[in-house]
Amino acid sequence: MKWYIAKRLLQLIPVLLGVAVISFSLIHLAPGDPARTIAGEHASEQTIQMLREKYGLDKPIHVQFWLWFKQVLRGDFGRSIVSNEYVAKEILDRFPNTVELALFSMLIAVVVGFVAGVISASKQYSFLDYTTMGVALFGVSMPVFWLGIMLMMIFGVFFRVLPIGGRIASDISLERITGLYIIDSIVRGNWKALGSSFKYLILPSVALATIPMATIARVTRSSMLEVLRQDFIRTERAKGLSERMVIYKHAVRNAMLPVITVIGLNFGLLLAGALLTETVFSWPGIGRYVVKAVQMRDYPVVQGCVLFFSFMFVIVNLITDLLYVLIDPRIKYR
Amino acid sequence: MRKHLVSLVVFSLALFMLLPAAVVFASSTKEEAPKKPAPVEKAPEPEKPKPKPEQIFVFGSSGDAVRLDPADVTDGESIQRMDNIFEGLVEYKSGSTEIKPCLATSWEMSNNGTEIVFNLRRGVKFHDGTDFNADAVVFSFARQYDPNHPFNQYGEWAYWGYMFYDVDHMEKIDDYTVKLVLKRPNASIMTSLAMFTTCIVSPSNAQKWGEDAFSHPAGTGPFKFVEWVKDDHITLAANDNYWRERPRLDKVIFRVIPDPSARLLALEVGEVHGIEYPNPADFDRIRSNSDLNLMSEPGMNIGYMAMNTGFGYKDKNKNGKRDSDEKLEKTPGYYEPLTKQKVRQAIQYAIDKKSIVDNLYMGTASVAKNGMPPFMIGYNNAVQDYTYDPDMAKKLLKEAGYPKGFEVTLHVMPVSRPYMFDPPAVGEAIQSYLGAVGIKVNFYQVDWGTYLQETESGMHQMCMLGWTGDNGDPDNFMNVLYGPNSASIGSAGNYAFYSDLEAQKYLDAALLTYDVEERAKNYKKVQEMLHDFAGWVYIAHANQSLVFNKKVKGYVLHPTSRKFFYPVYVE
Repeated sequence: MKWYIAKRLLQLIPVLLGVAVISFSLIHLAPGDPARTIAGEHASEQTIQMLREKYGLDKPIHVQFWLWFKQVLRGDFGRSIVSNEYVAKEILDRFPNTVELALFSMLIAVVVGFVAGVISASKQYSFLDYTTMGVALFGVSMPVFWLGIMLMMIFGVFFRVLPIGGRIASDISLERITGLYIIDSIVRGNWKALGSSFKYLILPSVALATIPMATIARVTRSSMLEVLRQDFIRTERAKGLSERMVIYKHAVRNAMLPVITVIGLNFGLLLAGALLTETVFSWPGIGRYVVKAVQMRDYPVVQGCVLFFSFMFVIVNLITDLLYVLIDPRIKYR
Repeated sequence: MRKHLVSLVVFSLALFMLLPAAVVFASSTKEEAPKKPAPVEKAPEPEKPKPKPEQIFVFGSSGDAVRLDPADVTDGESIQRMDNIFEGLVEYKSGSTEIKPCLATSWEMSNNGTEIVFNLRRGVKFHDGTDFNADAVVFSFARQYDPNHPFNQYGEWAYWGYMFYDVDHMEKIDDYTVKLVLKRPNASIMTSLAMFTTCIVSPSNAQKWGEDAFSHPAGTGPFKFVEWVKDDHITLAANDNYWRERPRLDKVIFRVIPDPSARLLALEVGEVHGIEYPNPADFDRIRSNSDLNLMSEPGMNIGYMAMNTGFGYKDKNKNGKRDSDEKLEKTPGYYEPLTKQKVRQAIQYAIDKKSIVDNLYMGTASVAKNGMPPFMIGYNNAVQDYTYDPDMAKKLLKEAGYPKGFEVTLHVMPVSRPYMFDPPAVGEAIQSYLGAVGIKVNFYQVDWGTYLQETESGMHQMCMLGWTGDNGDPDNFMNVLYGPNSASIGSAGNYAFYSDLEAQKYLDAALLTYDVEERAKNYKKVQEMLHDFAGWVYIAHANQSLVFNKKVKGYVLHPTSRKFFYPVYVE
């Protein structure tokens, strides 16, 4: 097992290297000059040339890559061309916000999606099944920006029970420790901040949860159906076990493997930020930031984020694989 | 069994639908709880007068600031924060582009207008507690123009290069007197000094933070910087040691709300007190809401379509002027029909600008007939605009030798700008208007950086662009956008490549004199010449609009769209 983890971590190196090379070439091949973009409509030729030199944009691509890569090996992602802030700091400022939102929405998605999937599988072709799957289809196809605005209208404007958007109420200040507001406010014992940040978390999480929730429900259902058709289920039923025992104790556990995979993949994706949800709910997450960086051709930021995202994605997948062992003792990694 | 299942389904559906409501109910009761014991806590000190509740003003911005160094910002969001933290030697009068003393109490021109001596205000302190004096002024200027200055490397100083190129240096005479030395007289320099670029920063603060000073601003303004949570909010607090009366607001918070619908919702429910860039489609909804106050006035901008008239010059020595040895040469986008004045005039007659403004700007703009906004010094109201007259257009095309029309390519901007919200829609309108008189328009679109590069190099036949003024001086429109000196291939600002040197004479003369009447006369003359030349279809001056809660008082829109919250208070 230890060897397996070590092996997987070693595999990270070629993956990250590949990602770095590909993303570097892609963004540099795309038309657009960051110096031009930063300098604005009427900048003088001199200013632009100075900017190019300052950020090494006048050098050939492979030289630029090598310079950047050497820097990264020393653990330095460099500074943003646009804001002049350290890229690592820019990421760390925003990433906890994304993590908090991702965790909370995955929690909603998993609980609701899994329960719905199990129920519709055990009542296949019933009214309940059709309804649940219908709702799930609706969830997958609903545009987030529309759902977001609807949720705001209902809970923010009509009932006035939840805030329209943002991270925490403007008049509350919370000293940062981890950047996860829920945890920070508990550690600091700042209950007002806890209540407020929790309130601000609900609507974006629900909006963001719809798609993974629907996917999880559908995968759970099909996986459950497959398991329910297997011999050991028939045996158990023949033994006279109650339907409840059969489904909730034996079938569910066996049906969980593909669901875990889907959860892992979805969570990995969410960690790269959710542009639409973040925009609609004014959530200061990493998605909005990285899209802006791409538009501005802020090379160091885009590179740093891409590397960071792929690292997180690989780690989340590794954890997913390790979870298999917990769920199915037959699986062994060597 | 079935019951069990049904209840589970109902439960999970209910959980999803009602989770927000349920949790809120729980948390809202939780929140109310601490409110009750509050008066008990305050009870032991009844003698003291009840402290006034904090005056907090929350402004919903469309984006986050990029940097917080006034000399190193170019975007509206950063400037918005700067204008409340920093001050310059001079400032604008409320709601106008005329200037008045600020950190300088008076000034005097000498030596044919190439030297300006400023007397500085005494007793002003920076937010970090240090004194404002001549050293601070010299520091704030020199770091931008002097490549050997130790702080020169920490910024791009993008505005210095093109607004202050006539400045030679700033020098200290004594602790409270400085002298600005110009390379040549420049009548627009005083208005330029009211820009954020030349705001005075605290040298000791800059020393303390070095390269990171851009995120730790310290000026002399009405509010001081407290906190910046990236992409979420920036908090400023009242400067208790302000040299004028302390601001009535205790706190100003800029909250980032990128989505326009969400921004308006936040204002409607009272989470913010004011917002920028309201969606024009929402104007009726805003007007019908008695809690809201829509403030709107013509902005200092122009949105236009330029026709490449074929010849520019290469500015070999990069002095920003067309010297005698720099001959006119064909631009890469040279296109025969557009070199003819009659064709250009035909295009002017063919486009219904009023309809574009009414429908595509949704009435939040005014039709433009000159290349600069009407409220500026030197605007020529006597110019008679080309009317919408397709028959006249056809007649002129025939006279020019194109009875059957021709095909032409239009560069269409890929981004929305303050002077043009929806460039592709405006482009389509132009396409159909010109189509009606026989000119077939092909669309050309690239990313914004490339777009600017290509148009500056004169690669376009026709292009859409515009300009938002920087300092409120007519030179900032007339010379930058239409001056023959700006018709330089590769770094053009004059995208029609208007190259009449007589016009440049008038523009230069306008800069050499500080007499306002005299300057205005020169600019008016050039506008007449530009009208006849017909190289630009001036489309619109877009309004600047802000929406406030009715309780917010004291705000005055500024023509430059800069936002000064010092006089604001919440009722």
